[in-house]
Amino acid sequence: MKIKSPLEVYNYLPRTNCGECGYDTCMSFAAHILDRSAKVEDCKPLVEEAKKDPKIKEKLDELLELTAPEILEVAIGTGDSAIKIGGEEVLHRHELTFFNPTAFFYDVWDTLDDRAIDERCSRVVEYRKFYVGKFLTLDGIAVRCTSGDPKRFREVVKKVAGYGKPMVLVSLDADCMKAALEEVAETRPLIYAATEGNWKEFLELSLDYNVPVVLRAKDLDVLKSMAATFRQAGVKDIVLDPVTDPLGEGLKGTFERVIQLRRTAIAGEDKDVAYPIMVTPIAAWLIDGDEVTKSYWEAVIASMFIVKYADVMIFRSIDQHVVMPTITLRFNIYTDPRTPVQVEPGLRPINDPSPEDPVFITTNFALTYYTVESDLTSGGIKGWLLVLDTGGLGVEVSVAGGQFTASKVKELIEETKIAEKVNHKILVIPGLAARLQGAIEDETGWKVLVGPMDSGRIKGWLENNWPPQD
Amino acid sequence: MATKKFTLDEFLEILKKYNVEELEGVTIEGDLEIELEGSAIDISAFSSLYALLSEFSNFLYHANMALGYMQRLSAMLGIPTPSIQPAAPQVPAAPEVPAAVEAVPELRIPEKLIEAKFEPYKAEYPASIEEVTIGATKADGGSRDYVVTLGGEKSLAFYTFDAEQKHLPAIAIDVFDRKPMLAKAVRMHYEDVLEDPAEWAKKCVKKFGADLVTLHLISTDPLLEDKPASEAVKVLEDVLQAVKCPIIVGGSGNKEKDPEVLEKAAEVAEGERIMLASATLDMDWERIANAAKKYGHVVLSWTQMDINNQKTLNRYLLKRVEMPRDSIVMDPTTAALGYGLDYAFTNMERIRISGLKGDTDLNFPISSGTTNAWGAREAWMIDSPIEGDTPWGPRELRGPIWEIVTGLTLSLAGVDLFMMMHPGAVAVLKEVFNTLGGRVSGGIADPGEWIFMEG
Repeated sequence: MKIKSPLEVYNYLPRTNCGECGYDTCMSFAAHILDRSAKVEDCKPLVEEAKKDPKIKEKLDELLELTAPEILEVAIGTGDSAIKIGGEEVLHRHELTFFNPTAFFYDVWDTLDDRAIDERCSRVVEYRKFYVGKFLTLDGIAVRCTSGDPKRFREVVKKVAGYGKPMVLVSLDADCMKAALEEVAETRPLIYAATEGNWKEFLELSLDYNVPVVLRAKDLDVLKSMAATFRQAGVKDIVLDPVTDPLGEGLKGTFERVIQLRRTAIAGEDKDVAYPIMVTPIAAWLIDGDEVTKSYWEAVIASMFIVKYADVMIFRSIDQHVVMPTITLRFNIYTDPRTPVQVEPGLRPINDPSPEDPVFITTNFALTYYTVESDLTSGGIKGWLLVLDTGGLGVEVSVAGGQFTASKVKELIEETKIAEKVNHKILVIPGLAARLQGAIEDETGWKVLVGPMDSGRIKGWLENNWPPQD
Repeated sequence: MATKKFTLDEFLEILKKYNVEELEGVTIEGDLEIELEGSAIDISAFSSLYALLSEFSNFLYHANMALGYMQRLSAMLGIPTPSIQPAAPQVPAAPEVPAAVEAVPELRIPEKLIEAKFEPYKAEYPASIEEVTIGATKADGGSRDYVVTLGGEKSLAFYTFDAEQKHLPAIAIDVFDRKPMLAKAVRMHYEDVLEDPAEWAKKCVKKFGADLVTLHLISTDPLLEDKPASEAVKVLEDVLQAVKCPIIVGGSGNKEKDPEVLEKAAEVAEGERIMLASATLDMDWERIANAAKKYGHVVLSWTQMDINNQKTLNRYLLKRVEMPRDSIVMDPTTAALGYGLDYAFTNMERIRISGLKGDTDLNFPISSGTTNAWGAREAWMIDSPIEGDTPWGPRELRGPIWEIVTGLTLSLAGVDLFMMMHPGAVAVLKEVFNTLGGRVSGGIADPGEWIFMEG
C-alpha cells in the first residue's frame, strides 16, 4: 500500500463522520483502511457521489490505487466458494501479517475415467480437518487437458464445475482452453498457462473471456515482459509461474526465482512483477521413486513455498500425509500475529452435564482449548470444563512458566462457583500438569486426578477412572 | 541488565513528547505496565500491548488526531501496527501524484512482447552470524574424527544469491540413557538399541547419517532414577568411545540437578568440545556456562519463545560468565507444526534478522529440538478423535512428515542445528538442506512435463 498514514486517506474522505461505514469517524475509518480491516468502497457517500460527479470519481480511483495492496489481489471462482490470492504487503509475517492463505488446487485430468474423476473431486470437496475451533477445507480443483481433445476437455471441465469449487484449467493448447472457457468462463476459472510459445492466443482468451491468467516462464526477463504486455493489453488479473523444478539445482533455482520475484515486487517496488505467484508441487511426481517418495517430496516442495511466498498451488496427492501437514502449515504461517489466540477464561458446561459429572481444567490458549473442548464434545463426554487464563499459553509451557499455578486454579474455582454446580470436589487436571497435583490439592482442598497426556484419550481414561472408586 | 519498565504515566509522557497534547478527559483503568528490553518486544506480551495501543488509537481517533503518533511510538517499541511504516509528516501533504493513468487498453493483440529486464532486488546485511564449532579432533586436543561448524551466515537461510552460506544446517540425533517414551513410528527404528546408549549412538551415526549425537542423561532426574551425576556421565564416556562424531549432552530438565550433571559432563569430556544442553534463565546458568568455559565446551542458551529473554540470557553468558562469542548456540524453543509453530518460526526469524542487522546479543547459531514435532497428535495418534474429520490415514506416513515439515519451516527461519529422531525425517531434511544449499547438482529434464502426464 502506497499510503502510510490515515491522514492521507482522510483527505480523500467526505469528513462528515456520518458513520455509514460502521465506524464513528472518518479518521477511524481511514485507520481501518490502512490496516485493511475496512475497504474504501465501504464509504457509501463517496461511492455514490462518484457515480454522479466525474471529479469525485477521479478522487475515488486515486484513493483506490493508493490503498491497493503491494501485490495484486486476484479472485478465482464466483459466489461463496470464490477465493482470493495475493494481496500481500510484507516479506515477513511479523512486519504486519500475511493476508490470503496459499490456495490449494488438486489435480484431475481428462483422460481419467469419469468415475475416477468423481472420486477425486468428491475427496477434495468433502475434505475436513478440525483445527482451532473450525474445520479447514480445500480450495479447488485443477483440471488438466491430457487428451488434446477440446471436446473431451470441455466435457470434463463441465463435470468438475458441477462440484462448485473454483477451478484452474490447465492446457497450453489455445483450442482446448477456448472450448473449456466457452463452457465455464462465467465461473471465473484461472487459466494455465500463457507461455512464450502461445501467449498471443492466451492473451486473446483472457481478454475475450475476462478470466485470470497464469503466465509461465523460467526466464524472469520473459516473465516480466509477458506481464507488462498483458497488463498493457488490458488484462488485469495476472498470476506468475516462474516454473517449479522439483529436484536438485532445478529446485534451488525455483527457490531463488520465487523469492526474487516477491522481494523485487515488494522491496524493489517493481510493479511489473507485483502479482500472485503460482508454485506446482505436483511436479514432484516427475521424479523417480515410489508413491511415498513422490508424495513426501510434494509435501516438502509445498511447505517450502507456503513459507516463502507462493499464493496458489497445484497438488497431485490428496492423501492425508500430504494434505494434513500442508494445510496446517498454511494456517500457521497465515495466522495474523496481531490477533491474540486466546479464548475467554471461565466455565464451560459440555454436553449438558449434571452434578455427578467430572470437572476438567485446561488453559485459554485457543488451540489447547478447542482441542480439549472438541474432544469432549465429539466424544459424547458430559462434564464441566474450567478454562484457566494463562495469557494464551498451552499447558506445558504455562506450567513451566508459572502461568498455570495452584493459586490461580483456586481463584478460578471460586470465581466460577463450580463447587455449587457439582456434588463432588474432584478435579481432573491435564497429564502435562501432573506435577501440580499436590499443590492444587493443598491449595483448593479438592481431590485432584491426573488425566491423560492428550485430551484425545480422556474418553478411555474416564472408563477406568470415573466415577472414582474411593 | 535490568529490565526497563514503562508505566502508563511514562507512556503518556511519550505520547506528549510526540506532540499528542489533547489528553484531557481520558482515563485508562487498570494497572497497565509495558515491559521492554532493548528495542524488541516480547512476543508473548505482544497481544496485550497491542490491545493497549489499540485503546489509545481509539481515543486518538476521537480526538481527531493522526494515528501517526501511535505508529511512531510503536515503531520505536518495535511493534508492528496495522501500518508498519513510520507515519508521514503531520502536514497533510498532497497525496503523491499517482502514476499516469494508463492509456486506454488497445484490444488489439500486440505483435511482440514488450521488452523488459528483470532487475532482482539486492539485499545486504551489515553483520553476520557467529561461527561455532562443536567437537575437537586430535589436532585440537580431542578425539573426534571431524568437527561440525554452525553459523557464519551473512544472509537469510539459503539465500545464496545474496551471500555465500558456508555451513549448511547440521543434524543431531537424540540418544537417551534410559528408555524414553517414544512414538511407535520412532521407537521401531531403535528397538534393538534402547537399552544401550553406546550402540544407540553408533546406529545414529553409521546407519542414519547423524552429523552429531545428543546424549540426554534423563536417568539423573530426581523423579525417575535420580542417578548421581558422577555415575550418569559414565555413559557419556562410553558414547565418546563408541562414536567419533561431535557430541551434545543434555540433562533431564530438572532445574536443580542439571547444573551439577552438566558440570560433571563438561569435566569428563574435557578437550572434546561438546555442547552442554542447556543453560536456562530459571536454573543456575552461571554454573553451567562456567563449566563450559573452563573445559572449552559450547553452551546452549535455551529460552521459552521470547526474544527478550534470549537477549537477556545471552548477555548474561557474554558479560557475566565472559563466554567466548564462538561458544554460544541458542535454542529459542521449538513448537510443533500445528501447535505453536507460527510463534516458534516468527520468534526465530526475528532473532535471525536482528542478528544479521547487527544485534550482537542475538547473532548466534540457532538450534531446534525438532523431535518435539512428535508431540503433535497428528504425528502419532492412530486416527482423529474428532467427529467429522476426514480419516487421518496411516500414522506411519504422518509422523515423519510432521517432523520434516516442522524442521523445514524452521530451517527457513534460520535454524543451524536440528535435534531429531526419525531416520526418514533426517534423510529428507538432509536432502532439503543440500538442495537449497546448492550442493545437489542436476534436476529433471523437463519440469513442465506434469502438465501432460497421465496417471
